[in-house]
Amino acid sequence: MTSGKTNGKTAGQKGSGTSNGASNNGPLLQIKDLQTYFYSPGGVVKAVDGVSFDLRESETLGLVGESGCGKSVTALSIMRLIPDPPGRIVGGQVIFNGVDLLQVSDAEMRKVRGSEIAMIFQEPMTSLNPVLTIERQLTEPLELHMSMTRRQANARASELLEIVGIPDPESRLRGYPHQMSGGQRQRVMIAMALSCNPKILIADEATTALDVTIQAQILELMKDLTVRFGTSLIIITHNLGVVARYANRVNVMYAGKIREAGDAEDIYGTPKHPYTVGLLQSVPRLDVATTARLAPIRGEIPSLMNLPAGCAFRDRCDWAVERCAVDDPPLLDVGKTHTSACWEHARVELKKRVAAQ
Amino acid sequence: MWAYIAQRVLTSIPVILIVGVVTFSLLYVAPGDPAAIIGGDEASPEQLEQIRHQLGFDQPYHIQLGRWFLRMLKGDLGTSIFSKREIRELMAPRLQPTISLGIQVIFLSALLGVSTGMLAAWKAGARLDRGLMLFAVLGFATPGFWLAFILIWGLAVNLRWFPVIGYSPIGDGIIKHLHSMFLPVLVNSVLASAFISRITRSAMLEVLREDYIRTARAKGLAEFRVFIRHAFRPAAIPVITVIGAAMASLATGFVVTERVFGIPGLGRMLVEAIARRDYPIIQALLMSVATFYILVNLVVDIVYAYVDPRIRY
Ligand SMILES: Nc1ncnc2c1ncn2[C@@H]1O[C@H](COP(=O)(O)OP(=O)(O)OP(=O)(O)O)[C@@H](O)[C@H]1O
Ligand SMILES: [Mg+2]
Repeated sequence: MTSGKTNGKTAGQKGSGTSNGASNNGPLLQIKDLQTYFYSPGGVVKAVDGVSFDLRESETLGLVGESGCGKSVTALSIMRLIPDPPGRIVGGQVIFNGVDLLQVSDAEMRKVRGSEIAMIFQEPMTSLNPVLTIERQLTEPLELHMSMTRRQANARASELLEIVGIPDPESRLRGYPHQMSGGQRQRVMIAMALSCNPKILIADEATTALDVTIQAQILELMKDLTVRFGTSLIIITHNLGVVARYANRVNVMYAGKIREAGDAEDIYGTPKHPYTVGLLQSVPRLDVATTARLAPIRGEIPSLMNLPAGCAFRDRCDWAVERCAVDDPPLLDVGKTHTSACWEHARVELKKRVAAQ
Repeated sequence: MWAYIAQRVLTSIPVILIVGVVTFSLLYVAPGDPAAIIGGDEASPEQLEQIRHQLGFDQPYHIQLGRWFLRMLKGDLGTSIFSKREIRELMAPRLQPTISLGIQVIFLSALLGVSTGMLAAWKAGARLDRGLMLFAVLGFATPGFWLAFILIWGLAVNLRWFPVIGYSPIGDGIIKHLHSMFLPVLVNSVLASAFISRITRSAMLEVLREDYIRTARAKGLAEFRVFIRHAFRPAAIPVITVIGAAMASLATGFVVTERVFGIPGLGRMLVEAIARRDYPIIQALLMSVATFYILVNLVVDIVYAYVDPRIRY
């Protein structure tokens, strides 16, 4: 954090970031105590409630957790794309290039979106505009952020399609999204997201909707390209196998908070939060040869509307003690780069899988 | 694209056949003897028989239907029983007022409806939005005849801004023409614009929730561009549908409007023909309306295809 906060510097300066992040190894993006709430007639949904993490240059960060735990809301908050109403970012900081993105003007923020921080969404079938040509959709950010002419942008768009492995880019460019498969559309989304050489790419379950073989291809492509362009990657997923393979660091989210964070090996090898243990035991893992039976986490995800005091996971937890009902544990250091929000983290360990009889 | 248009044209052929059969049959079974009308009160039974024979009314149903269709296909709309003149000739001077009224109403209601609907969607939830939608609801709820009455009473009788009645043809000057048409155009546009406005607003709001709008925002596009370039075209489909429906409903609305405002158009012609049981005119006008409907549908389908590439291919 040596770069500190430089006032008056704009967040969206193309090319100025490299000198900043890489040289001093400070985090490229810092999320501090982010709070994003949704206001509904029934009450306040604290979808993200005090999330903090860093993202380093060229790092791949995994964000995992069950459905509804606030992963997408975290990502959309970074982009400032939370629909308002009903949602609002009520607190925290998103520091990028030394500037708090939550404080800059809308116009400044638009210079960051698509240019410095890009995002790929879960639904490839609906994320491209059905009435605009692929070309138009690809050239838009190039003209906007890279000040290209239409002609330059068209040429670049064709290159980009080639890079993401779409054959016959020239004729594809003149076509429309409905003429493409889901995998191809997601490739177009990747091309679009990477078109302006962003510093950060957020992939929000970018492969969930695709079939398994295509998933692997798309992930490999994303990984290759982010390595090639030096882009930091945030992978959001339910799939722990994906994270195991691609992420350097992992944040495990539950009910709007990060419950465990650490290097990928630590999260997989020595998880220190009961929820992480539960997740690992409920998901089939291709990397561990086993005949074990899957054990889903018992109980249900609590409503984010009125979370009771104490740890939000305690009702589903095998390690819960009395203290868990009153005190919500903060993230405690359990290793050099490993934190866990559990009072009983010392007792928690990955249970031996019950072999199928 | 051409294949698509050709297919649309082909599918409208059976429609026009069915409409033709229905139109002809309704009047075939309708009460009243045309021969008696033509022959007058003093005609003897022999004379009536003579007339029926001349006009082919003594032929079986299917022969009459076939002959009638053939004539229609040749563009021969027949002759009026009452005035004995060619219907095409009778219709010619009636076309201008009706077509002018139609174009003005569609233009005004599309313009008003789409622009207020877009504005309301842009300002969704704000006071302007609520104000515009209140107007739209009023537009729905106001009966046309009542509005016509109020406008005539207020703007024409009391303020004397517009003529109470009386049509001024385009030949007498375009300004004078538009002036004379203002009240009927306004009355007919209120309902349609209210409808178009509401549909435009809700279609825009719906599209603005789509994933691809989020993608457009994530690119860093300004909100206005997102609104115009990414949201408007996908939202246009239901709007076009409603404009098409509004055009179709004009045909019936004009029967009343032309009477109330004294416009010598096709609507008046139809009313007069019905009063005189002038069957050939009624048939010709109904067929014209049906053809108009089919054309409107065709145009709407073609515009869909232009707007949405998923239909085109
Ligand atoms: N537009 C919205 N209006 C109201 N509540 C919302 C909205 N978007 C998200 N939420 C709430 O925020 C919470 C977190 O949602 P989020 O989409 O971040 O979950 P997620 O972790 O991405 O889940 P998934 O894996 O299913 O994508 C949910 O409980 C949801 O109810
Ligand atoms: Mg999500």
